[in-house]
Amino acid sequence: MQISLTINGTEYCEEVEPRTLLVHFIRDQLGLTGTNIGCDTSSCGACTILVDGQSAKSCNLLAVQAEGSEITTIEGLAGEDGLHPMQQAFHECHALQCGYCTPGMVLASVSLVEEYPDLDGQGVREGLEGNLCRCTGYQNIVKAVLSVGK
Amino acid sequence: MTVTDDTVTTSGIIGQPRLRKEDPALLTGEAKFMDDLALPGALWVHCVRSPHAHATIVSIDTSAALATEGVEAVYTGADLADLWEAPLPCAWPVTDDMKSPDYWPVAQGKVCHVGDIVAVVVASSRYTSADGAEGVVVDYEVLPAVISIEDAVTDEVVIHEGLGSNVSYEWPLIPDPEGVEAAFANATHHITETYVHQRLIPAPMEPRGVAAVPSPHNGDMILYSSTQIPHILKVMAALTAGIPEHKLRVIAPAVGGGFGCKLGVYPEEIICLTLALRHGVPIRWTEGRTEAATATIQGRAQRQTIELAADENGKLLAVRATLLADMGAYLQLITPGVPLLGAFLFHGLYDVPLYSFTCKSVFTNLTPTDAYRGAGRPEATYAIERAMDVLALEVGVGPDEIRSLNFIPTEKFPYDSPAGLVFDSGDYQPALDRAKELINWEDRRAEQAERRATGSKTHLGLGISTYVEMCGLAPSRVLASLNYGAGGWESATVRILPTCKVQVVTGATPHGQGHETAWSMIVADRLGVDPDDVEVLHSDTAISPLGLDTYGSRSLSVGGTAIWMATEKVVEKASLIAAHMLEANADDLELANGVFSVKGTPGAEVPLAGVAFAAFTAHDLPDGLEPNLQAEVTWDPPNFTFPFGAHIALVEIDEETGEVEIIDYAAVDDCGNQINPMIVEGQVHGGIVQGIGQALWEEAVYDEDGQCRSTNLGDYLVPSAAETIDMKLDHTVTPSPTNPLGVKGIGEAGTIASTPAVMNAVVDALRHLGVTEMAMPASPMRVRRTIEAAQGGVS
Ligand code: FES
Ligand code: FES
Repeated sequence: MQISLTINGTEYCEEVEPRTLLVHFIRDQLGLTGTNIGCDTSSCGACTILVDGQSAKSCNLLAVQAEGSEITTIEGLAGEDGLHPMQQAFHECHALQCGYCTPGMVLASVSLVEEYPDLDGQGVREGLEGNLCRCTGYQNIVKAVLSVGK
Repeated sequence: MTVTDDTVTTSGIIGQPRLRKEDPALLTGEAKFMDDLALPGALWVHCVRSPHAHATIVSIDTSAALATEGVEAVYTGADLADLWEAPLPCAWPVTDDMKSPDYWPVAQGKVCHVGDIVAVVVASSRYTSADGAEGVVVDYEVLPAVISIEDAVTDEVVIHEGLGSNVSYEWPLIPDPEGVEAAFANATHHITETYVHQRLIPAPMEPRGVAAVPSPHNGDMILYSSTQIPHILKVMAALTAGIPEHKLRVIAPAVGGGFGCKLGVYPEEIICLTLALRHGVPIRWTEGRTEAATATIQGRAQRQTIELAADENGKLLAVRATLLADMGAYLQLITPGVPLLGAFLFHGLYDVPLYSFTCKSVFTNLTPTDAYRGAGRPEATYAIERAMDVLALEVGVGPDEIRSLNFIPTEKFPYDSPAGLVFDSGDYQPALDRAKELINWEDRRAEQAERRATGSKTHLGLGISTYVEMCGLAPSRVLASLNYGAGGWESATVRILPTCKVQVVTGATPHGQGHETAWSMIVADRLGVDPDDVEVLHSDTAISPLGLDTYGSRSLSVGGTAIWMATEKVVEKASLIAAHMLEANADDLELANGVFSVKGTPGAEVPLAGVAFAAFTAHDLPDGLEPNLQAEVTWDPPNFTFPFGAHIALVEIDEETGEVEIIDYAAVDDCGNQINPMIVEGQVHGGIVQGIGQALWEEAVYDEDGQCRSTNLGDYLVPSAAETIDMKLDHTVTPSPTNPLGVKGIGEAGTIASTPAVMNAVVDALRHLGVTEMAMPASPMRVRRTIEAAQGGVS
């Protein structure tokens, strides 16, 4: 099947097998490997991307479902003048260790802060419930997200 | 709070929080993890795994699989048997008569756990390899499965018939058997407690992955693996797959967390190597999460009995620990050694004259166990810390008081432990005092009493755990005495490049801990350069040929020390050149802030950069001195290091729902001198949450047939941000005298300490309801049932 969509500002028109998961399409077909895969049950959030500005688990969508949408992956987040404020906050708050959950965590946080700019710590914690991190214990992630939200 | 002062003279970089140089690549998606590698022409492997815990393979029909579009080949165990030199290695034969079954990468005639590989499908893509696997038809004759340790010891069903028993080994450590007996006979208090450490699934966020890339014409092979141990893997894979070691290069790309479970030599690594040799093209495999639950090692899985003998005041006279440890179906790389890593620590940080430890390790029809964050030490700490609370109750003192009474006194360091180790340094009371302060111990106790008095149904519990751990795995001679198959040293090369940028090559292999930043700081501090001008090379055996990798919190105390020593050695050489340039005596020179100067002679100086360039041009070097500035050191420490600390958890339990909520947490850890406090703190946070996970949620659940019922992250409850809280951290500083940096290690501390702290808090919260013990994980259902049982209801 043919699909067309925009990823990180670039338009793509690609042939995909109907069963291809969006995450595999992005990673294997387009070579944007910043989006990670941590599970096969849409439980971990490592594959989180922004679809039309909203965070979505890209392992939970078929590529064909993304037809016509505008997608941002971690590769498309930093601007010309450097890291996105959320990436910068993660760096400054030491909110990552191995970094495997990080692209998904950062994108989920970007969408969370956009939607609820006034969240407190507990709100951030609940908002990020679908993104697992095995390294950080979350404390610094929450700190980073709050520092951007404010 | 700093209790003792630093021993290292530093120029101010060491000890400062510094943002990590690893971050930008990870934050932008630039970092390449295993599955991100582009390997044109690669074929994909899909492993067909046993759905049964214990079965004989009657036949395997691969015809439908072979006919599947995209499938290039299908192999069974029988097809591959001749291609392997040796079974998968176990590097830790604990005793000379230890029983160890042959562990072949693909099962030979019989499967011994769910997830055991029975066939491999090689196909053109990830998807077609999975399609092909659907077509492999295996006929099994199912055998009774041995699931529990208790069943395993009876030998009613012997899993590996050739071994004659399910017991792999028995190992006692009883320096003075009569003394222990007498102590128990004369004790006023004799506590006997039995605890179960459930099986845990390590669950790093990145599952494992492997790729073997051959150069068919010259026989070279690159093995990429999401491993913690490229160096050890290289030696072991060469021996197992029959590839000459100098033809094999192992590279660990960015690794998305290990926690011990990537400290292994796995079937998939050997399978990819073997098939890459055979097909002459790259062969790759990526683990799925569900697969990771049965194919990657699991942790803990022990039944422990701990006995304490104490006098009338609660002063310990002897500790006796008896373990039954579940090895799982086979011995992985260091499976049998894991109980030993805790064997020396069941007396904790207490001054106990007499000690007895025995371990019996058995095979079951479950996934092999192996090192998981802390490996042996969380188990030991759990037993002693839970039992100390029981002793405190029996003696009638507080859990803090019983600990203070028994701490090894500071003046006894270096301390000869009753198990035969020498604890390097320690000062335990200040850590406990500070933790109590952070948690507001007295106020919380008052609040707890008040709630009880008013009949509240939400109960507060406070739980302490104080711990000491044995880190920095080394020295080689001690490891040899424990039958460990490798050494404990680490190597480092430090090279000052012509433009005064610095290159460090280390054999330690990070997987997310921020080592590059920490190691750069050590070098920069000494040389007076910017840490960003230090490049750290690692995780590739062609670039860093000598190394023993990262586990057991050894990367700083062993690896970092090697780097520090190599830096010193380079400085020595540089000072010979500087002395030559300044026409001075090298002994009169000092290097500070990147400049060599002659002591007491103002103006007589030359920058390190000038020396580096002179070493490179070699136009005018002292006679006989080799050009260039580089030095290599292999460091084998004289002893382990012994970090310690005190953690206190405050929990609230809803009596109606049984739900346990952590509402406050204080941790005071002492890992000696800190290189980068920010990184230390991050390690502690992550460790604590991992340990809380064991206490409250995590458990590899099996049914009686040996089917894992928690194979995904929906059923295996890794804590999320929503279940955890902000923790209060502080530290004391008691430098280790065993290395010049005075560092000890911190990676496992949080996990070791938090599990017993939380479980002590849970029992403390419910004690007035008659609850005396709670098994892990303290899930709402278990908590409810335990309360009901304590109150005379059905359990
Ligand atoms: S990979 Fe998508 S949620 Fe885990
Ligand atoms: S940083 Fe490793 S999983 Fe989050």
